[in-house]
Amino acid sequence: MTDSTQPSRPTSGRKTIGEAMKSSLKSRYAAEKRFQAYGIIAIALGLIFLGLLFYSIISRGYTAFEQTIIDLPVDLPRAEFSVDGQVTDEAISKANYSKIVREAIVKTVGADLSNRGEVRKVLELVSREASNQIRNFVAENPDAIGTTQIIPVLARGDVDSLMKGQIRRDVDESRRQLDDQQLVWIDQLIEEGRLEKRFNTFIFTEGPSSRAESSGIAVAVMGSAFMMGVVLLLALPIGVAASIYLEEFAPKNRWTDLIEVNINNLAAVPSIVYGILGLAVFINYAGLPRSSAIVGGLVLTLMTLPTIIIATRAALRAVPPSIREAALGVGASKNQAVFHHVLPLAAPGVMTGTIIGLAQALGETAPLLMIGMVAFVNDFPTSPWSPATAVPVQIFLWANSAERAFVERTSAAIIILLVFLICMNALAVFLRRRFEQRW
Amino acid sequence: MDASAQTMNTNRESTVVTNAPHIKMKGEKVNVFYGEKQALFDVDLEVPEHQVTALIGPSGCGKSTFLRCLNRMNDIIDICQVKGNITLDKTDIYDSSVDVVELRARVGMVFQKPNPFPKSIFENVAYGPKIHGLARNKTELEEIVVESLQKAGLFEEVKDRLEEPGTGLSGGQQQRLCIARAIAVSPEVILMDEPCSALDPIATAKVEELIDELRQNFTIVIVTHSMQQAARVSQRTAFFHLGMLVEEGVTDEIFTNPTDKRTQDYITGRFG
Repeated sequence: MTDSTQPSRPTSGRKTIGEAMKSSLKSRYAAEKRFQAYGIIAIALGLIFLGLLFYSIISRGYTAFEQTIIDLPVDLPRAEFSVDGQVTDEAISKANYSKIVREAIVKTVGADLSNRGEVRKVLELVSREASNQIRNFVAENPDAIGTTQIIPVLARGDVDSLMKGQIRRDVDESRRQLDDQQLVWIDQLIEEGRLEKRFNTFIFTEGPSSRAESSGIAVAVMGSAFMMGVVLLLALPIGVAASIYLEEFAPKNRWTDLIEVNINNLAAVPSIVYGILGLAVFINYAGLPRSSAIVGGLVLTLMTLPTIIIATRAALRAVPPSIREAALGVGASKNQAVFHHVLPLAAPGVMTGTIIGLAQALGETAPLLMIGMVAFVNDFPTSPWSPATAVPVQIFLWANSAERAFVERTSAAIIILLVFLICMNALAVFLRRRFEQRW
Repeated sequence: MDASAQTMNTNRESTVVTNAPHIKMKGEKVNVFYGEKQALFDVDLEVPEHQVTALIGPSGCGKSTFLRCLNRMNDIIDICQVKGNITLDKTDIYDSSVDVVELRARVGMVFQKPNPFPKSIFENVAYGPKIHGLARNKTELEEIVVESLQKAGLFEEVKDRLEEPGTGLSGGQQQRLCIARAIAVSPEVILMDEPCSALDPIATAKVEELIDELRQNFTIVIVTHSMQQAARVSQRTAFFHLGMLVEEGVTDEIFTNPTDKRTQDYITGRFG
């Protein structure tokens, strides 16, 4: 550069670049520091609330993964299970199990069988489910008939709550769910090693029940699985096909603009609206069975479609146009260019969008309430057409129950749901990392 | 009208080139519009067979637009409208009877930025022959791939790593891979849109050498910003300015004795 173009410093009263920098640099750095601090505060707040959420749910729910069990020595007299001296399946299923349970527990704690009040109180220690448990045991082991067997049966929910410290012994007897005599029996059973907490398999294998101790999440998980299957089978192909058409083939005109705006709006429609739509269209008009997984799945499909379409379109748009040109340049048809090159490159984004859409659908409650999936369903659904319930609906139902034992079950179900969601999101991240191609 | 244009052309041919070669592609009164905006005005240009035709001109002069008309690459731009006549071996390529896919197989293209598929080197070259069914079996396909890579002068460098991704090559190698990919479908014409603009001088030299060799088998149209490159590789040069074809002719003449003032200004570096 020549001299004439150099900034002439001393002529005017203006600051030199050095002076100007000195004062402005300080405030520039301060602004940057301030902004970073805001960011850190925001993230820290987010993490604190996340931590609180996990703490409150896990601290309330972890106890549900243990369940109090009584190892009950049960007499199985041959006479109870036989008709005319012959043991039959019918006799086994019709035997008087209440009586068997009553005699077994009374004998075990050493109470007086003739004192009706005492018998009633003793019976409050075991779950009403105990009769079914003994029936199942006998049905599976007919050889045991005529002997005395130690059968693990569920303790009553209140006993379970006591064992977990949710019912406190130091509360006055009049306000305690278990009276002093029952506490004595419980201590006696613990002493004998007959009553203890074990890992709870019921929560994973059973359906809902009015008895907290024997209710589980399995039926709801099954219903949710059926619905996710329906959503995946419908939303993925429809969503991907729609996005490919809109992004790659459709002419850009007012109609496609309108469609795009509407898809974006649909993603923001409150989910309960989809429930009302499902009720009107799938149940009332199409006559599909109410509270079935197929209707739930269809409603959730409608809800998930916009998410999948938006994610897929974004993924398709992110594929550089040079790849399309390269394919077209060697004489590929548009279809070939899309399916051989663009879609494979967009696949990680499509998969991520789909899984996030599914995770959203998995946690959805409101639309399912509208289509009657809030019903108490304790049979495993055998097909998408049979009555079913879903995990979040089960949580909703349990949250309405007052018993202490249901409170921990609610939290436990939330933990299970969260584990599913975390697994799905982890899968999404993994797939994206695994199949991402760089160019 | 066709006949008169024909005679006029032959007249011009004979005055410029001594032994008139076959005219491979020809544009007549080509007008291109991007929406309201007109990008090309009445361009008439002939592309003789087995020669390199260079299109030069300042940025935005329409040379790339014209190039992309030759294999109807502009079709993928919604708002782009092409009017006029462009022929390949005397067939109008914008005629409804012409299949654009077939056209692009006959008129291949190499782009400004190397754009190999994010697949293996082999797959990159094999893709074209595969979709057109040029190979009857795997052996034939391998032959085509090796041959194309050899013609593109890349085979020696990559023969041990054909299964590695094409995106892992250097920029110059990627561009030659793209050329190999284009010639694998044995096109008649290869269009090159500033093929060296993203390459260093050594890679550029290699590609230029390659272009000169390819001329034996293919007809080449190349858009370039570098006048030296046009002078080095082309037999004919066309100068575009503001969407108009200002001047075209034998390269040596254009560079040594341009008839139009604008051409002269451009090649002497006064603008552009």
